[in-house]
Parts: sequence; structure tokens; C-alpha cells
Amino acid sequence: MKKRLISALLAGCVLISFLSGCGKSQTKESKNSLTLFNYGEYIDPDVLDQFTEETGIEIKYEEALTPEEMYTKYKSGAIKYDLMCTSDYMIQKLISEEELQKIDINSMQYKDNIDKKYWDLSAEIDPGNQYSVPYFWGTLGILYNTKKVKEPVDSWEVLFHHEYSGEIIMQNSIRDSYLVALKYLGYSLNTENESELREAQDLLLKQKKDVQAYLVDEARDEIVAENAIMAVIYSGEAYLAEEYNPDLAYVIPKEGSNLWLDSWCVTKYCENMDAAQQFLDFLCRADIAQKNFDYIYYSTPNKAVIDSLSEEDKSNEALVPAEDATANCEISKMQSAETTKLMNMLWKELKAE
Amino acid sequence: MEKKKRLNKRTWLSAPYLIWIVGFTIIPLVVIFQDAFVNAEGSFTMDNILAIFNPIHMKSMILSLAIAAGCTVICILLAYPLVLALRRLNMGREGFLVFGLILPMWMNFILRLLAWQMILSKNGILNMILGFFGIAPLPIANTWLSILIGVVYDYLPFMILPLYNAISEIDEDIIEAAKDLGAGGFTVFKKIILPLSMPGLLSGIVMVFVPSMTSFVVADVLGGGKIQLIGNVIEQEFTKNVDWGLGSGLSVSLMIFVLISMAFTMKNDPEGKESAIW
Repeated sequence: MKKRLISALLAGCVLISFLSGCGKSQTKESKNSLTLFNYGEYIDPDVLDQFTEETGIEIKYEEALTPEEMYTKYKSGAIKYDLMCTSDYMIQKLISEEELQKIDINSMQYKDNIDKKYWDLSAEIDPGNQYSVPYFWGTLGILYNTKKVKEPVDSWEVLFHHEYSGEIIMQNSIRDSYLVALKYLGYSLNTENESELREAQDLLLKQKKDVQAYLVDEARDEIVAENAIMAVIYSGEAYLAEEYNPDLAYVIPKEGSNLWLDSWCVTKYCENMDAAQQFLDFLCRADIAQKNFDYIYYSTPNKAVIDSLSEEDKSNEALVPAEDATANCEISKMQSAETTKLMNMLWKELKAE
Repeated sequence: MEKKKRLNKRTWLSAPYLIWIVGFTIIPLVVIFQDAFVNAEGSFTMDNILAIFNPIHMKSMILSLAIAAGCTVICILLAYPLVLALRRLNMGREGFLVFGLILPMWMNFILRLLAWQMILSKNGILNMILGFFGIAPLPIANTWLSILIGVVYDYLPFMILPLYNAISEIDEDIIEAAKDLGAGGFTVFKKIILPLSMPGLLSGIVMVFVPSMTSFVVADVLGGGKIQLIGNVIEQEFTKNVDWGLGSGLSVSLMIFVLISMAFTMKNDPEGKESAIW
């Protein structure tokens, strides 16, 4: 018995020394490297190599799927990320929790490549543009098959009038699902009002039998494969879907929708602010922004890239939404803990139905 | 003295296992229990454990239990005839058939589920074949039925293999003796094969029931996000809602449920020891 205890103890020692060893080597290297945290397939890998070539700064790269997953991983502190690319309300949350460092944006050589319009948009979640640099943006709308939908689609109503039962795909994400119902009902997608949320819940509960599936990434493929007629989808995904299947069209409903913005920010763990700023500036540079745009094909806030677009791309609703189409759109803001909890409970209730 | 030394060496062999079990079972379990019983203010709480009785969570738990039970029963019904048939075959072909059963397990679990998604989807292979014969498409995709198909497919080998081991060890002479004494096919199965294969059956039940009860990936891929099993609720608490306390609490409740169901199964075990796979 005693021996077993000793070997267990030794095993523990080995484990601990192994773990602490890891920690040490990481801090030593941090001087000349940056650890990035980004969504999947959300940067051209060549851009990272090019940055290392030009500056000698090593890049360590990590990916996650959703802002919540990013937040969870970041908060666990297992990896000390230097730079993070995440979405509007999550940036606001990180700012409010004092997780971010201020960036000296005025010292950035290429900051004017980002259109003032997007700096203003970004200021809604980051007042004074102190913590984040806009990266890509887009809208949430309806992608539908023009061969199977005869009526003109311009409203969220098409998802709720039961005619396309079993042919609808909704987003498998709490905020994206509720914002559809909230906007259709004429409320703000950032509402904190419980009765408005419950009204949205009733609508979604009634809609559930018509919904084929709640999906995230697969939504696009299902519409392309014509397994379903319409889906609530992000504009970037819609653009790609239209490339695969010419019968598809994307619309931002007239009641308005979500205008989302993904930005880069610097976390409190970053010890090499110079390198971080260098990287942010690098992303704004016209040729680099162009490379990322060619890789990702989401709406870009970079003027230099927009100016170089083809006429066809410029008129594409999914890529460059018209000014009036986004008039009723709102950016997602951080919600109170109570509202988040309520929405989470409502969502589980909807899924359990 | 010499003997003692040898023993010493053998204890050392267990070191990798110990590191594994301490690092990846015991420490995580301690963390889960801590998250489950301690609230944000740092004081003891039972809220997270009792959250399982919330009607929404209970509904998911019951659905998970139903799917796991259904999966186990279907696996037993499929595995017995197959294993009995394997027993009759001569050695060479038998090995080949078992190999055929294990072969799909060489492929990644998620890939196999994605294949099922393709087969069952609205314009999928199944409905294409049915359409060829003039039968209306079956709306199986994104229902509990497609999840059941998925878990049965994934866990069937875990029922077949222990059952096959147990049944192939039964002495042919015992069966012959029973037949000599006038027992029919059914009596032989009921009085001899079933009791003697019990240890294998119980391992099979454990290996099928527990993972099918706790899985959430199958429901994610084949349920189209419309079906919420208890595993999905727990996953959502950790990854989306960032409520680790509730997630851990529900995990502990799930463990308790699984242990209770296992206790029921083991109570019927005549030999006890043999069936325990851990």
C-alpha cells in the first residue's frame, strides 16, 4: 500500500514538473512572439507567414468557433493570448471586465485605410475607439432559393407564416435566433425587456415545427444542396453559397437585422505592445487587407479594398450592402447578466419543446 | 528478497496508468465536484445539483434515458442472433465476420455520423432509393429516430464483442448434453446460453448504455439542433452560457443517474465480479 502511495506521489511530481516546465518555456519566448486567437478560417495563413518574414515576430495561432467559446477559453487562462479577434458584444464585455489594453490607434500608419464609417460603428461598442480595430463586418439575413420561393422576400415574415414548413433553417445560436423574432416584432435586438423576449419566445415556439434544423456552419451547405429552401445566415456565408448555386439570393429583411462587426483587440496579458500594434497596423495595410479579403470574402471596412472591387461585387447585397438596406440594422451589444440568463433558459425551453 | 524486488519493478509498471488516472480522471472529477458544489461567492450550494429537477432539464434527461434504453435493447436484439450465428461458423469465416464488424470503427466517429446525416437527409441516399421504388420520402432527418439510428450504429460493436467473447467460451458439450436430455432450441437458449453469456451481456449493456446516455455529438449532428439531450444542455452550459457551476452540477446529477441505472443492472448479475469492466 505504502509503495503504491509513493509511486502515486512520484507520478504527481512528474506531472507537476512537466506542467511547470511548459509554463516557463512560454514566458521566455513571449518577447519575440505573439499568440493570436481567432475564429476558424478567418485569416489568410500566408498573411501570418508574411508578417513573421517582415518583422521576425513569431506567430502562435489558435482558433475557436463562437465568441462564447473564445471567452470561455480566454477566461480559463490556460493560454495567455496576446491578440484576439472577436465580435462586437464580446469586445464590449471584455472592455467592461477590464480584460483589454488600450491601443494607440493614432500612431498606426494605415489606420486611415479603415473607412471612418466603420470607426464610428465600432465606437458604439468601444467608445472613442480605444481598444479595438475593425476587421470584417456583415449582416444577418435570409438566404433563399429563388426557384422555390415565388413571392418576393423582403421580410422576416416568410419564416413565420408556416407556408414553408420543414424547409426553414434557423441559426443554432441564442442571440441570432432571438434577434430574428425580436426584429420581426419591431423590438430592438438588444432589448432587456422580459415581456418582449417572452413574446419572441412564443413566436419561436410556434415556429419550431416548421424548422427543419437549427444549424451554424452547415446551414449554407444544406441550402446549396437544396435540402431546405431558406436559411437565416450570415452575409459572408451567403456570398459563398451564391457562388456555388446561382439560384440562391440573399436579402436583409426590411424590419432590420443585426449588423455585426469583428475586431482585433489586445488582451491584458500582452507584454509586447509594440509587436501587437505592428500586427494590427499590418492587417490594415492595403495589400494585406486585400489578401485576407480574397481569402474570407466577408464585407471589409478597408477603403482601399472596397475601391478595388469589381462592379459585380460592389452591387452584391451580401458583400456590400446598400446604405438603406442596413438603415434598420443594429449592432449587438452586451446584455446584462440577468437577460443573458433569461435568454439561455428560454433557449433551452425552445430546444426541449 | 528476490521476489520482493520483482514486485517492486512491477509496481513501477503501473506508473503510466497512475499518471493517466490522476491527471485525467481524478483531478478533473475533483474540479467538477468543486464547481458543482461551490457557488460564485465561494460558499456551499446544492442549487446546481438540484437544477436537474427543473422541468426543462428533466425533459432532456428523460429523453436521454429513453434513447439510451432503446439503443441498448435494440443492440441486444441485433447482437444475440448475430453472435449465435457466428458461433456456428467455422473459424476462418468467423474471424472475417468479426473483422467486418470492427472495420467501421477504424474510421472517425464524427465522420461516420456525417455519413448518416447524408444518408438520412431529405434529398439523401435513403430517400433517393425509396423514391426510385415510388415510395414517399421518409422524414427521418433531425428527429429522435435518426439519433437512435446513430447511437445504435455507433455502439453496436460494443455489444457484439463482449457477447461474442462470452458465448464463444460456452462449452459445446453442455449444449449437446442439454439437447440429449430433450431440450429444444429455445430451452437451450433460455437455460444455458443466456445465463452463461450474462457476464458478456452485462459488459455490453454498460458499454452501450453509458455512452449513449451521455453523448451529445450524435444529437448535434443527427438531431439538427432540434432535439436536446442532457449532454447537449451540459455542453451548452460550458461553451455558450459560461455557467460552469450549472454544467458541473448537471454532470454530477447525470453521473448519479448512470450509477443508479448501473446498480439496477448489476443487481441481476449472478456472478458479479466477471461483468465489472472497470
